Amino acid sequence: MSSDVRFTDFKSDKQPTWCPGCGDFGTMNGMMKALAETGNDPDNTFVVAGIGCSGKIGTYMHSYALHGVHGRALPVGTGVKMARPDIEVMVAGGDGDGYSIGAGHFVHAVRRNVDMTYVVMDNRIYGLTKGQASPTSREDFETSTTPEGPKQPPVNPHALALASGATFIAQSFSSDALRHQEIIQEAVEHDGFGFVNVYSPCVTFNDVDTYDYFRDSLVDLAEADHDPTDYDAAKDVILDSDKEYQGVIYQNEESVPYHEQHGVDEDMSDIPDGAPENATDLVREFY
Amino acid sequence: MAADFNWAVGGEAGDGIDSTGKIFAQALSRSGRHVFTSKDFASRIRGGYTAYKVRTSVDKVQSVVDRLDVLIALTPRTIEENLEELHEGSVIIYDGERTTMQNVEIPEGMVGIDVPLKRLAEEAGGAIMRNVVALGAACEVAEFPIENLDSALEKRFGDKGQKLVDNNKEAARAGQSYVAEEYDADFEYDLETTDEDYVLLNGDEAIGMGAIAAGCRFYSGYPITPATDVMTYLTGRLERYGGHVVQAEDELSAINMALGAARGGARAMTATSGPGIDLMTETFGLVATSETPLVICNVMRSGPSTGMPTKQEQGDLNHMLYGGHGEVPRFVLAPTTVAECFWKTVEAFNLAEKYQLPVYLTADLSMAVTEQTFTPDTFDMDEVEVDRGFVVDDASVEEHLSESGGFKPHELTDDGVSPRAFPGTVDGAHMSTGLEHDEQGRRTEDTEMRVEQVDKRNRKVETAREREDWSPREFGDADAENLVITWGSNEGALAEALDLLEAEDVDIRVLSVPYVFPRPDLSEAVDAAETVIVVECNETGQFANLVEHDVLERVDRINKYDGVRFKADELAREIGETLETGTEATQ
Repeated sequence: MSSDVRFTDFKSDKQPTWCPGCGDFGTMNGMMKALAETGNDPDNTFVVAGIGCSGKIGTYMHSYALHGVHGRALPVGTGVKMARPDIEVMVAGGDGDGYSIGAGHFVHAVRRNVDMTYVVMDNRIYGLTKGQASPTSREDFETSTTPEGPKQPPVNPHALALASGATFIAQSFSSDALRHQEIIQEAVEHDGFGFVNVYSPCVTFNDVDTYDYFRDSLVDLAEADHDPTDYDAAKDVILDSDKEYQGVIYQNEESVPYHEQHGVDEDMSDIPDGAPENATDLVREFY
Repeated sequence: MAADFNWAVGGEAGDGIDSTGKIFAQALSRSGRHVFTSKDFASRIRGGYTAYKVRTSVDKVQSVVDRLDVLIALTPRTIEENLEELHEGSVIIYDGERTTMQNVEIPEGMVGIDVPLKRLAEEAGGAIMRNVVALGAACEVAEFPIENLDSALEKRFGDKGQKLVDNNKEAARAGQSYVAEEYDADFEYDLETTDEDYVLLNGDEAIGMGAIAAGCRFYSGYPITPATDVMTYLTGRLERYGGHVVQAEDELSAINMALGAARGGARAMTATSGPGIDLMTETFGLVATSETPLVICNVMRSGPSTGMPTKQEQGDLNHMLYGGHGEVPRFVLAPTTVAECFWKTVEAFNLAEKYQLPVYLTADLSMAVTEQTFTPDTFDMDEVEVDRGFVVDDASVEEHLSESGGFKPHELTDDGVSPRAFPGTVDGAHMSTGLEHDEQGRRTEDTEMRVEQVDKRNRKVETAREREDWSPREFGDADAENLVITWGSNEGALAEALDLLEAEDVDIRVLSVPYVFPRPDLSEAVDAAETVIVVECNETGQFANLVEHDVLERVDRINKYDGVRFKADELAREIGETLETGTEATQ
């Protein structure tokens, strides 16, 4: 790992096809800067991306990467990290990928507390399929498939994470570049599953959850006398549906990541060219 | 062949049938006898009929038969369920003091041995040992030295303390002496022992052991009958060899975790059965098109849908060959014996890595739950070879970089096999994706690159056909005009059926095929035979269809897969050209 890694080293030679002004540009920049700042380089980093506009991020970043099937990015990241504890793993996807088709995996990834970072680019809309309701869309948000709004409450991902035993829960805003990068960086440095929901506005299909809306309504927890190690304070923030927040909402300083809990610390790619030593013991067990 | 002896213990699920049967099988194996076991069981924890059956001989046994010599019946239903297998002179051991067994009728011509199992067990230290009392009684009936039971009891109860072992030994002897004293008869069975050393294991265990031997380090799975034993076998053991087992939240997750571990450079595997294969099919195309080596073990059971979860079937062949949208190469291996489950697992890992694709390793319920004896050298670990295929390191990576410096994980090569760089390899960083991609793994819809990548992936199959040995196992009479072909676990029954047919002067040549795809070319053997029969456990004859497909040449083909539809003028031209050069339809 060289100390002169710049964040642009994490850029691939493919130009993003995101719409001009898309929040995902800022989200990705913050991820790349956070990776470079925490001493990683493209050859020791593995990025797993889901499907959707956000899923294209694997193509635009330069690192080891897998662009998987819809909703299954977290299990892939889990497998990479268990096999390669020496590799920095970052999983990125959208609100549909993470909280709709992949919601089951989200709950269990949180419970496992594998030492990786999960960035959800939340724009509260399905963009790539041209504007349908997402699991985080507002109850009255009118779209082509919900002409009168979904008429059901949006998923509260932070509450879902907290209820599943999360050790790190954060919220950032792609347009607040510095804070966004800081928050991702804290998630990377967290000893366990670092979950960051990023408000990453869709300028084409969502005219409600806009840059202006978030700029006006966001309260920065860093300036609000919030103690992220206080579970009850975190719960209050998470269940407060009147305000939007950014910052680290909750961090369990006692977090024991999966690899420590289960003693999984070997580089599993390194194996002998025959059966492992003492393999004959396995046969003897069947006497 | 020496006489075989067929024994069973049956009762309700929850009666300890499995462990009782296993103790007897183990005792036989440890006394130098061959053993082949089978189970009748239902998909529930308590209640319902269940039985554990043991066939044993001093010669090799490879199948179950429709005959039962001694039956330990804990319930009246156990007798009813086995009426067809019981015969004149069969011995039924039961506890006439048990309420449900008081009025039980022993069928005419059979011998009822009424042993107060519970009472004798209580005298020896606890009612829970009543099945062991029955085992002692069975030893007396079969003239099987009870000392052989001791070592199996020690293995089963040894870690729970010597007192428990001693109590069980006493319980067994109580059953033995009760029969000796109360029934002064010669039952004509004589289970002689030999000095041979055998190990006793089932197909799931053989697959698990094969995985560890092959260097598998990561296993993720979701419990499902009858594949769960692969996972329970590996749990704890894989960890002893530097690996890890994860119970995923579902099969979607299980295959994706394994995929992730494989992208990390580990040898990874998941195992499941039909319903799980359906779910895993979602990710199957990604595994194949990202050219990730992965072993997917499918222990087949009766389908469709939930089907009959505890019953036998070989019904998933078409799914494994064709499942998933789009077209991607995959290999399908079907070990034909419990021992082959071990070796084919080792082979599956090598093939997966050499050709960088998913390999279905398919067993079935019968083989998975059958315990069979083998000599220990059947699993000679020194014979295990690990071939990781085309992997680059920090030094060799530069030979496979594009002009702009990007690594080429899908490099177009003559044999279709591209270099692999594990994470951490300097300058090897690259993208893998389920999208069609260029040599560097970057998304593309370029029609030429699309065709080149499809052809490259398929070229790996042609390479493998040439480089590897896909031969079937052959036995019987090589010159016979009758040919019987089978795949998967039917081999043992077929081998023994051959002996029976031979006694009736029917000569048969048998080809037992462990490779479904790529598979051996059987057309010559089929042409040479007068009669060809394909034996398989399904209704539509999925393998038979493949054999018929392989020996006929009916059509010429015009294919297009560059992502653009057929155009009228183009099609007219291609049809015209094909008509000039094409083969004549043969049938």
